[in-house]
Amino acid sequence: METILEMRNITKTFPGVKALNNVNLDVRKGEIHALVGENGAGKSTLMKVLSGVYPHGSYEGEIFYNGQEQHFRDIGDSEKQGIIIIHQELALVPLLSIAENIFLGNEPAKFGVIDWHVAENRTRELLAKVGLKEDPLTLITNLGVGKQQLVEIAKALSKEVELLILDEPTASLNEKDSDALLALLLEFKAHGISSILISHKLNEVGKVADRITVLRDGATIETLDKDEISEDRIVTSMVGRQLADRFPQREPNIGEVVFEVKDWVVHHHIHSDRTVINGINLNVRQGEVVGIAGLMGAGRTEFAMSVFGKAYGRKISGEVFIKGQKADVSTIGKAIDNGIAYVTEDRKTFGLNLIDHIKHNATIVNLGGVSHNGVLDDMAELKVANEYRRKTNIRSSSIYQKTGNLSGGNQQKVVLSKWLFANPDLLILDEPTRGIDVGAKYEIYTIINQLVSEGKSVLMISSEMPELLGVCDRIYVMNQGRLVGEMPASEASQEKIMRAIIRAEGKAS
Amino acid sequence: MTIETAATQGKKDFKTDGSALKGNYREYGLVLALILIMLFFQFTTNGVLFRPVNLTNLVLQNSYIIIMALGMLLVIVAGHIDLSVGSVSGFIGGLAAVMMVRWQIHYIPATILCLVMGGAIGAAQGYWVAYHKIPSFIVTLAGMLVFRGLALWLLGGQSVGPFPPQFQLLSSGFIPDFFAYPGFNITSMLVGIILVALMIYFSVRGRAKREKHGYEGEPFALFVAKNLIIAGIVLFLTYLLSSYKGLPNVLIVMSILIALFVFVTKRMTVGRRIYAMGGNEKAAKLSGIKTERLTFLTFVNMGVLAALAGLIFAARLNTATPKAGLGFELDVIAAVFIGGASAMGGVGQVMGAVIGAFIMGVMNNGMSIMGVNIDWQQVIKGLVLLAAVIFDVYNKNKA
Ligand SMILES: Nc1ncnc2c1ncn2[C@@H]1O[C@H](COP(=O)(O)OP(=O)(O)OP(=O)(O)O)[C@@H](O)[C@H]1O
Ligand SMILES: [Mg+2]
Repeated sequence: METILEMRNITKTFPGVKALNNVNLDVRKGEIHALVGENGAGKSTLMKVLSGVYPHGSYEGEIFYNGQEQHFRDIGDSEKQGIIIIHQELALVPLLSIAENIFLGNEPAKFGVIDWHVAENRTRELLAKVGLKEDPLTLITNLGVGKQQLVEIAKALSKEVELLILDEPTASLNEKDSDALLALLLEFKAHGISSILISHKLNEVGKVADRITVLRDGATIETLDKDEISEDRIVTSMVGRQLADRFPQREPNIGEVVFEVKDWVVHHHIHSDRTVINGINLNVRQGEVVGIAGLMGAGRTEFAMSVFGKAYGRKISGEVFIKGQKADVSTIGKAIDNGIAYVTEDRKTFGLNLIDHIKHNATIVNLGGVSHNGVLDDMAELKVANEYRRKTNIRSSSIYQKTGNLSGGNQQKVVLSKWLFANPDLLILDEPTRGIDVGAKYEIYTIINQLVSEGKSVLMISSEMPELLGVCDRIYVMNQGRLVGEMPASEASQEKIMRAIIRAEGKAS
Repeated sequence: MTIETAATQGKKDFKTDGSALKGNYREYGLVLALILIMLFFQFTTNGVLFRPVNLTNLVLQNSYIIIMALGMLLVIVAGHIDLSVGSVSGFIGGLAAVMMVRWQIHYIPATILCLVMGGAIGAAQGYWVAYHKIPSFIVTLAGMLVFRGLALWLLGGQSVGPFPPQFQLLSSGFIPDFFAYPGFNITSMLVGIILVALMIYFSVRGRAKREKHGYEGEPFALFVAKNLIIAGIVLFLTYLLSSYKGLPNVLIVMSILIALFVFVTKRMTVGRRIYAMGGNEKAAKLSGIKTERLTFLTFVNMGVLAALAGLIFAARLNTATPKAGLGFELDVIAAVFIGGASAMGGVGQVMGAVIGAFIMGVMNNGMSIMGVNIDWQQVIKGLVLLAAVIFDVYNKNKA
């Protein structure tokens, strides 16, 4: 097969960090080429170099595309050649329709007047291609993440695409949506379109990739062929050592019920007649890790946020008991004072001040812990920031790196750090390992274990069932705002959880 | 094992405190720009700029802009804007005149009432911005019209004055001299020297503390040079001022406020929270920060400072006129942006805003002495503002 893309000796430095160091990558025509590596290994940076986000001249090395050396000055240049990138964080405009988003900046127009008729028809064709049954006039806000991802792909298809780059497209998709997306990639491949797929979900990489290139610390480690691909092999190459277990061992030491929610009801934040959470009763014991399983959109995030100081929803009713006492969690401040912490799933919008550095982000929840009478103690703050940077293994040039410049996974670790420093009794984790590499996942599980061994409790929302099964002591299953199952982890299995969900779906319809 | 590698990696990385220093470079650049502009005008005005009388005037003319810039910085960092400050300061100046001149209220309670009134005005506007999420641009645009109108109404379209002599001292007074040495105010010079000594003491102590904990600060040479240059400038200016009438009262008020705001923004939790809120309001809120109350308070603070500025301006003119404060908001906002604040919120330094205000002030003063027409002054000031912001944006994109 002929080579469509060759990147040679790419080196890219940011102030204080060498993000890429002589990286080589070649992609063949019509293949699905996976790019894997730990958080901060340089995957997104490499793709930004390729697509012209970082223009020619801001890096060293050469890019050959279709046999010709390319000097892309911006995204427009690479798009003209058929290289389309879908970034790690979706870039759709929420209050515009699907059609408007797809043709944003590329509108079919005569003399500057947009022909919406053409746009809508073409949108309909494109949506059919990606298998999305939605009206082209639907607003993006009304779509779930999975569907938004498909819109991004439809948008890519609206341009002449030859090489499609997907940066962690499935990170926030459930299994069904992920599978649909991967099937789409295989279909593109049949049409001769090449793709580069970045993912931390190694099982799906194994399913669809023809070849895999592994990056570590900004350098190419190796490129594996299809017959060499196995998860263990990839992990070893990524982390640079054998990773015997995916989940650290823990001796459960479970005590009394410390946190209990009774008859929790929440209504939609805009349409207040719609019930989002419908009578939830749930408890967490001291030293226990409790999981909430469910499909995307089951209402898990809404539940957690509504408990956390009514950060979500309206007309909230129900009671919260902490150590047997009725607790007031009506504002976020009170929830925090009651020892509750909520680590959000959306780190960019809700988790971090992206224009500020790690140090200031790490201490913001618990400024009291690094100040006296409202006056900050700079030394104490430095110490805390460095300590948590080490504990959670944040890869950055220093604690003065802007969080906006960190890789996705490392941003997640900063969010985790800031809540760990708040020293909560109950830590609510919402998709804590989304977009996080295998090694770092292990570290986060270790942190969870350490917390519960200190007598704290953890409530973990996750869409990755193996993770729930591997980490939790007990698992609740949520579906459409109700709890539809509860089981000790020792008796739980993926099938059992799915069965609970399907049974509930059957009842509901 | 990975944890260990990260730890060793961490130690090595302390040295590359790149971004922390870079923030400072901007401030150095700004100081340098101010010095260059001053030297330029010193040259083109044939030495008038640095004459003690002129320097004193420069301070008096710009004090109210600087004082409002302190409040505006917080408002802008919080992600908002306040267009009403000019009108509010004019209105308060009028109120002060009515109280002191027409109603013969003693100047101390009148001053206090005026400051409280300023706070109340800030609260009234901040309430809508903070708790009802009405864009500050609109709320304060309304405020700008309302208080300009009220100022006109209050003064009946006339100028009211003069103020009691003690009140005038706020603007025209100088700190008392205990030595009575002809032609030179020794007390003022001593105050300057003591200030410089304190400044050096604190910066050396801070550095020692950092080093004791094993953190490296800026390079030693840079540290020494910075302190020497600042000390030199402060002593030189104090010397010039002392050889006229000494340190003006306003300068003292202003310096105390500047120090206070530097401290609040850099060292206090409230300040940190304002930056966090401006950087990402949703994240700040989810971190337990009471964003509404904080926004509300930044507007109250702005109101009080606008009132103080109004009083100083009225005391300086010795009358309250309905036109007082017209257009001040533009100078204040320009000062904050020249000082490096971001219109998106979350970024900006108090010292930056102060230097920004001085840059505007020196340009006004210098161009007036040179006899540049007021129309061209506006053009040049506008271009400087644009250039400063373009410079910032360009630098940010490059990084
Ligand atoms: N604009 C920037 N300024 C400074 N450093 C940066 C910038 N962008 C990326 N980096 C650094 O470059 C390195 C590589 O980041 P990159 O985003 O490519 O990682 P990644 O492999 O995509 O990780 P993840 O799996 O977490 O998304 C990181 O150490 C990151 O901190
Ligand atoms: Mg990435």
